[in-house]
Amino acid sequence: MQFPIYLDYSATTPVDPRVAAKMAECLTLEANFGNPASRSHMFGWKAEEAVETARRQVADLINCDPREIVWTSGATEADNLAIKGAAHFYVKKGKHIITSKIEHKAVLDSCRQLEREGFEVTYLDPSAAGIISPEAVAAAIRPDTTLVSLMHVNNEIGVINDIAAIGKVTREHKVIFHVDAAQSTGKLDIDLEEMQVDLMSLTAHKTYGPKGIGALYVRRKPRVRIEPQMHGGGHERGMRSGTLATHQIVGMGEAYRLAKEEMHAENIRLLALRNRLLDGFKDMEEVFVNGDADHRVAGNLNISFNFVEGESLMMALRDLAVSSGSACTSASLEPSYVLRAIGLNDELAHSSLRMTMGRFTTEEEIDYSIVKVREAVGKLRELSPLWDMHKDGIDLSQVKWAAH
Amino acid sequence: MAYSEKVLDHYENPRNVGKMDDDDVNVGTGMVGAPACGDVMRLQIKVDDNGIIEDAKFKTYGCGSAIASSSLLTEWVKGRSLDEATQIKNSDIAEELGLPPVKIHCSVLAEDAIKAAIEDVKQKRKG
Ligand SMILES: Cc1ncc(COP(=O)(O)O)c(C=O)c1O
Repeated sequence: MQFPIYLDYSATTPVDPRVAAKMAECLTLEANFGNPASRSHMFGWKAEEAVETARRQVADLINCDPREIVWTSGATEADNLAIKGAAHFYVKKGKHIITSKIEHKAVLDSCRQLEREGFEVTYLDPSAAGIISPEAVAAAIRPDTTLVSLMHVNNEIGVINDIAAIGKVTREHKVIFHVDAAQSTGKLDIDLEEMQVDLMSLTAHKTYGPKGIGALYVRRKPRVRIEPQMHGGGHERGMRSGTLATHQIVGMGEAYRLAKEEMHAENIRLLALRNRLLDGFKDMEEVFVNGDADHRVAGNLNISFNFVEGESLMMALRDLAVSSGSACTSASLEPSYVLRAIGLNDELAHSSLRMTMGRFTTEEEIDYSIVKVREAVGKLRELSPLWDMHKDGIDLSQVKWAAH
Repeated sequence: MAYSEKVLDHYENPRNVGKMDDDDVNVGTGMVGAPACGDVMRLQIKVDDNGIIEDAKFKTYGCGSAIASSSLLTEWVKGRSLDEATQIKNSDIAEELGLPPVKIHCSVLAEDAIKAAIEDVKQKRKG
């Protein structure tokens, strides 16, 4: 085993060596280094061909037309382009947008910016399981609503929204539907012929491709329009200017091609690993899984060990690369807004651990992680006055704490 | 986050972990913080007839720096008089452990805990 053990695949994935090999073919003088926009020579044509192959590979994974793919620098840029681009384009129809409280910051902060510009945003509450229902979306739609933006899979709890059902609602009401699919590509089947999604954000680096490349899917039928956010040479049919990064794009294409080929087998393997991990904790007291147990991608386990604080837990787990919803791990002093929004109290939010598995995770690594987590939780509970009180039968919610 | 050697040492080998009998008039308990804020410290001291702290115990729910701050404090207060123990400042703890600015509140909490424990034992002995 190699230490530390990487269990943070939702943050990013390593580049698959097969992807890295393809990328290396697009860099040096002997290789495919040309500018895909150069029309006057071979170097440009060859680069353009590689970019178009990659565009087809990305389109194939989500079953759409390659002409519906606009390259961006990642999902953050795709979210910005989709939300600000659609809100601005359709501003004459209205200035109301619907999203949820557990979206990624790229979506929430784009919405905040629009609020500053005079738009109105409704932030839907997820269920305790972390799901946004089609009914909740339908109930929030108003005559002046132009855009609904929701994620396919949540990055913290791995919970899946029913995008097909929500798409029916938005189409019926003639509202543009944007989906952030950063966490679902290569994990769930996405069929844009079937799903009535208008805009979809994609990124390569959560699916074994490189960081710094992503795409926005922009539907052609019925045609969806957006205002560009990046002005310049008019690349990507004017929707996103900037010289295309051939090596990055080729990497994303290859990563998505592999995902399409391997995701079904990979999901079966990951689900077995997650069940094994969860099984390793099942006889422990006061352990809670955060988010829906079934509507959840295979590689995600978000779990709270009550009476143990997340940062100290991670400190004990220095052999494991995991993340926590605890405040102490972020710049702010608030615990995870996602866990709060699904109704966790502060203690449980502070006590959470996100362990996400992926292509290179092994059974041996999972078994080792179980032992380490159990040891750490045991040790920290021995140190915890809250655990003492719980053992003495004291109801912590009735204690008056001197908040500071 | 990178931790100092001293924080790591106290975290790996916390000193004086435990619980004392709160019904003992010579035991003072200071419980500070709140679970919602991510840290709770319980610091207890036992005082002899001359007003000297003969023993100290703690339990802490919180990050590594909070655990280290309370562990260090139990070492420092042993053998001191109540008045001497009152003099301990959070900045002394923060400096000894090399706490970064975002972790200063852990040392503040430790100072609050020892003050509360001293107050508690004084009240009990009066009573
Ligand atoms: C749901 C979601 N949206 C957007 C992003 C941002 O993606 P990128 O890093 O490609 O900008 C991430 C990952 O950080 C994510 O998990």
